[in-house]
Amino acid sequence: MTNWLLEPLHYTFMQSGLLAAVLVGLTCAVLGVYVVLRRMAFIGDALAHTVLPGLVIAYLNSWNLAGGALTAGLATALLIGWLSERREMREDTAIGIVFTGMFALGILLMSTVRSFRDFTHMLFGNILGVTSSELLFIGGVAIIVLTLLALFHKELELTSVDPGYAAVIGLRVHWLRYLLLCLLALAVVSAIQAVGVVLTSALLVTPAATASLLTQRLTPMMGLAALIAVLSGVVGLYISYYGSVSSGAAIVLVCTLCFGVAWVARWARSK
Amino acid sequence: MIPYSPHPHQEPVAGALAVNVVNISGAYEHQRAPALNGVNLQVPVGARIALVGSNGAGKSTLLKLIAGLLPLHQGTISLFGHSVGVCRHRVAYLAQRSEVDWRFPMTVRRLVGTGRYVHLGWFKRPSAADRQIVEQVMAQLQIEHLAERQIGQLSGGQQQRTLLARTLAQEADLLLLDEPLNAVDVATRAIVSQVLDALKTQGKTVLIATHDLGRLEQEFDGALYLCEGREVQPPPGSFTGVHVGEWAVESRPLVAELVEATSHLPLTTSHQQPTTNPS
Repeated sequence: MTNWLLEPLHYTFMQSGLLAAVLVGLTCAVLGVYVVLRRMAFIGDALAHTVLPGLVIAYLNSWNLAGGALTAGLATALLIGWLSERREMREDTAIGIVFTGMFALGILLMSTVRSFRDFTHMLFGNILGVTSSELLFIGGVAIIVLTLLALFHKELELTSVDPGYAAVIGLRVHWLRYLLLCLLALAVVSAIQAVGVVLTSALLVTPAATASLLTQRLTPMMGLAALIAVLSGVVGLYISYYGSVSSGAAIVLVCTLCFGVAWVARWARSK
Repeated sequence: MIPYSPHPHQEPVAGALAVNVVNISGAYEHQRAPALNGVNLQVPVGARIALVGSNGAGKSTLLKLIAGLLPLHQGTISLFGHSVGVCRHRVAYLAQRSEVDWRFPMTVRRLVGTGRYVHLGWFKRPSAADRQIVEQVMAQLQIEHLAERQIGQLSGGQQQRTLLARTLAQEADLLLLDEPLNAVDVATRAIVSQVLDALKTQGKTVLIATHDLGRLEQEFDGALYLCEGREVQPPPGSFTGVHVGEWAVESRPLVAELVEATSHLPLTTSHQQPTTNPS
């Protein structure tokens, strides 16, 4: 048993893969609690998809991939923030239009290259191929996101529960929303390295939603979500190693399984 | 302390009116708030004033303008001698219950505690003194047994008491209460009345938007009657106001066509004006 657990750790790609999975899981799960509670799940998904053209353009020009993704992500975050302040169109409709358009642009650009193969890691992630500079980026994002969430905890909480009162005491509710959107863009870009564009929103939503079934308190909810995500990351990687299956899909499915177990547990408790 | 608002907090100017609204007008379709049309309101420190009128008359709009939640298009508002936003720590606002996300995971104690945030500003956590104030106001509103309960599990009356407790926790001098008695149980009604009396004894200024015309004379020093965003006159013999300190609460001349149009409403203008020699 011990051998079975230790064997994969002899490989550098598994070591850095596990570290990346833990860091990404931590970042996405804690931020994901706000995503779930503020009903921004759709925004998380949209951000992940709009990042694709940024990635592809960076790839085609041999620029830094994370830089391209980050630029596209932050631009989308600001655009969504701006859209949500106006009332000409429903926010989810506007986001739906922008994100499908951007995703289509990404795919169109991808199809200009003869082989699609280079892009599968963008769509589905390649956590075992994570380089040390990508790991550094993921670590940096984790520190930035978690630090800012801790520093602005009471304000983010208040603007979520009662934005009107927050505005009365002088808080700029819009600015905090922009902050949250930018952190979301950062987290999404780092999660894309791990599980790819298509599955990123699962890391944001599923662990946080699972935790919200198990506790009614904000800080424990964040802790629990982080625990679920980290555990899923590690278990998913082992499954991927021994079963030779896609690591991103394995991680997400373990998260989904956790959600299923929590759902049944809550249902059984309420009986 | 680093205040949330870009203006540093300033203390009230001695002798200034608590609220001085001069001829404000403006439409707020974007914010889904009724328009106001030439409203005046002068409230001396320590007065308790009712804003009366039907739904859509502009009561909430007026309170939101005073609270700084809506931009002022025309006219001026000063609070304790300063423009809106300078005395935020001295002004507390109680919104209607529907404006809170009650499904957010938060305990009653923590929501009441957010009333202290304006004094804490960025990065600071509540001190022991802050926590003590929170316990006191929860006891005053008889919700201390609910302190650890999730806000999503409260009844309507309990929600209202929680929000009022938060408003009191701010220890403000001017309280803007939007329909604090809307759809609450008898027990809550009694507790809110006690709280209002206690505020009066403490010399706080209170502005209350209300539908409830039953006990205006017993409970208020004056009333501003609004109809479709305009002030209107009271019906003959109705309550017009009393003296508060050196200020007299007076009614204003009728606007004939408005009275015609709105004769089903209790119509008054009430207005505080300084008198050199209070009688």
